[in-house]
Amino acid sequence: MARREGSALHGLSVVVLKELSDHLTSVRMRVLEWLVVLFALAALYGAIQQVKEVTAEDPFLFLRLFTTARESIPVTFVSFLSILVPLMAIGLGFDAVNSEYNRRTLSRILSQPIYRDALLFGKFFAGLFTIAISLIALWLLVIGLGLLLLGVPPSAEEMARAFIFLLVTIAYAGVWLALALLFSIVFRSAATAALVTLGLWLFLTFLWPSVLSQMVAAAIAPPDPRYIAAGLPTPATVEWEQILSRLSPSTLFGEIALALLNPAQRALGPIYLVQLQGAVPGAPLPLGQSLIIAWPQMVGLLAGTILLFSVGYVVFQRQEVRA
Amino acid sequence: MTETVIEAQDLTKRYNGVAAVNDVSFAVARGEIFGLLGPNGAGKTTTILMLLGLSEITHGKARVLGHDPVREPLAVKRRVGYLPDQVGFYDNLTASENMRYMARLLGVERTQQDDKIEAALAHVGLADVRHNRVGTFSRGMRQRLGLAEILMKDAQIAILDEPTSGLDPQATVELLEMIRDLKHRGVSVLLSSHLLERVQSVCDRVALFNEGNLVLMGTVPELGRQVLGGGFRVEVEAEGEGLTGRLAAVPGVQRVETVSARRLLLMAERDVRPEAAAAVVAAGGRLLHLGVAEPSLEAIYTRYFQDRTQGEFHGSA
Repeated sequence: MARREGSALHGLSVVVLKELSDHLTSVRMRVLEWLVVLFALAALYGAIQQVKEVTAEDPFLFLRLFTTARESIPVTFVSFLSILVPLMAIGLGFDAVNSEYNRRTLSRILSQPIYRDALLFGKFFAGLFTIAISLIALWLLVIGLGLLLLGVPPSAEEMARAFIFLLVTIAYAGVWLALALLFSIVFRSAATAALVTLGLWLFLTFLWPSVLSQMVAAAIAPPDPRYIAAGLPTPATVEWEQILSRLSPSTLFGEIALALLNPAQRALGPIYLVQLQGAVPGAPLPLGQSLIIAWPQMVGLLAGTILLFSVGYVVFQRQEVRA
Repeated sequence: MTETVIEAQDLTKRYNGVAAVNDVSFAVARGEIFGLLGPNGAGKTTTILMLLGLSEITHGKARVLGHDPVREPLAVKRRVGYLPDQVGFYDNLTASENMRYMARLLGVERTQQDDKIEAALAHVGLADVRHNRVGTFSRGMRQRLGLAEILMKDAQIAILDEPTSGLDPQATVELLEMIRDLKHRGVSVLLSSHLLERVQSVCDRVALFNEGNLVLMGTVPELGRQVLGGGFRVEVEAEGEGLTGRLAAVPGVQRVETVSARRLLLMAERDVRPEAAAAVVAAGGRLLHLGVAEPSLEAIYTRYFQDRTQGEFHGSA
């Protein structure tokens, strides 16, 4: 059999530009932009108030902007991002493919000299670029406001950490975008796709890491009565719990944020007291070490994106064109 | 000398073992208007999608302009324009914006895009509304916009799926005129329809589909002779007493059908117009109209399936 001719990605840039312009001019995007800006300002305001009052001697004062919250508004900038970014991604992706079916434009587009690959990649990248643009704008806004209101210039390391955190946030958006894209391929009705994606997001973010992963872990590795008697958690159970809860992208994102924005963080799992021997509590790790701690989580986010996109890709390639 | 532009050989498509298209073979010559006709669900659209490389071929071979749609889909799609059944556009974009997206996907030179879009829209009579959103367009205008896309593509083959369905008579006439115009430009046209009467007039040759099988193929008169018994159909419009009996007695007439009070249809083995005229006059009737009727596709189709089901009935009895 001969190879199929031409590049699979021929026409990709055309699709990306068209989808991008669709996204950026849509009402949906306007709403999301305002949501992002308002929530960000609220979280930032709370953080700045708190930072001003409490941590005057912190060497990483700037990073506190991302992770501190006021008692009255218990929302940090990171926790707000971990909720709003999936919403944005789902909002942009849930009708990516099925709307082409419903508008009956799919067969007309695919009868142009492009492969389906170009269309699907184009839709994914356009969505990702849109989110990236918003997130970069938001990031600059936060840094700028931080400079103005705190009056303390960030150090190079703080900037580097904040920048890597921005990249991670975009990757986090990629997972949810790929998930939304997958369901937009599987379900012909946009409403169903949106509901299923949102349902899965709620499940993975709120139900799975906090409750269900513990139940499943306890079933797989029942707690040892000796540990219970001592009032301690069983190591095997805790390990399973953590492995399971890391199936949720939200958990991964939270852990990466913790390692990156909190230089004093030395591990992302349970540690034994032995391992803390010789450690200076509260001493910050260098950036490289923080990256190594969070590296598996970052790879996990990327792998999740690629996996979900691949499943969607296969389903889309096998789908019939006619509505 | 005719050159074949589309060739289908034993084309078969099965969904979960059920054949949607079964061993269909046909060839379309350059500059020809070829009609795929048949009821909904007969396999017309599936055949078209296989020719475009948009649907996998279970079995058989297809060649479009010498290219294999499975292995060289881009080469096929670059040269073939496709107007899908119930064509859709981006309603929030204007006509020319929709066209521009397609022009970019086609890889039309940036400097030529405007001219090509303008010319194509002008040709289908949409130049005045090119900056209107497609959401405001009527069904007929959307079909014409779809044709404009094919024109812009400089396609050698136009594949039109149900181009006239859902159009009012006026829009249908206009669209059929544009299809003829495509032919004058040297474009081969493959069109599908379930409205036999409407497309009969434009098609050079037709293929009748039923339940995934291609059952009849040829020009309309050929099919008429083949199915309707090779006979001539003579229309007589006359006033008078006992004309039916008189006309039935004319040598060569096989059957007389009464269409209305004054109109009769003679099935004959040759052209019996002179004899029929004489018979009417001899009976003291007034002859108002006499003509040879072109066989209608509808009649051919209905008759063909009538005969077949009867044949099966007799066969099993």
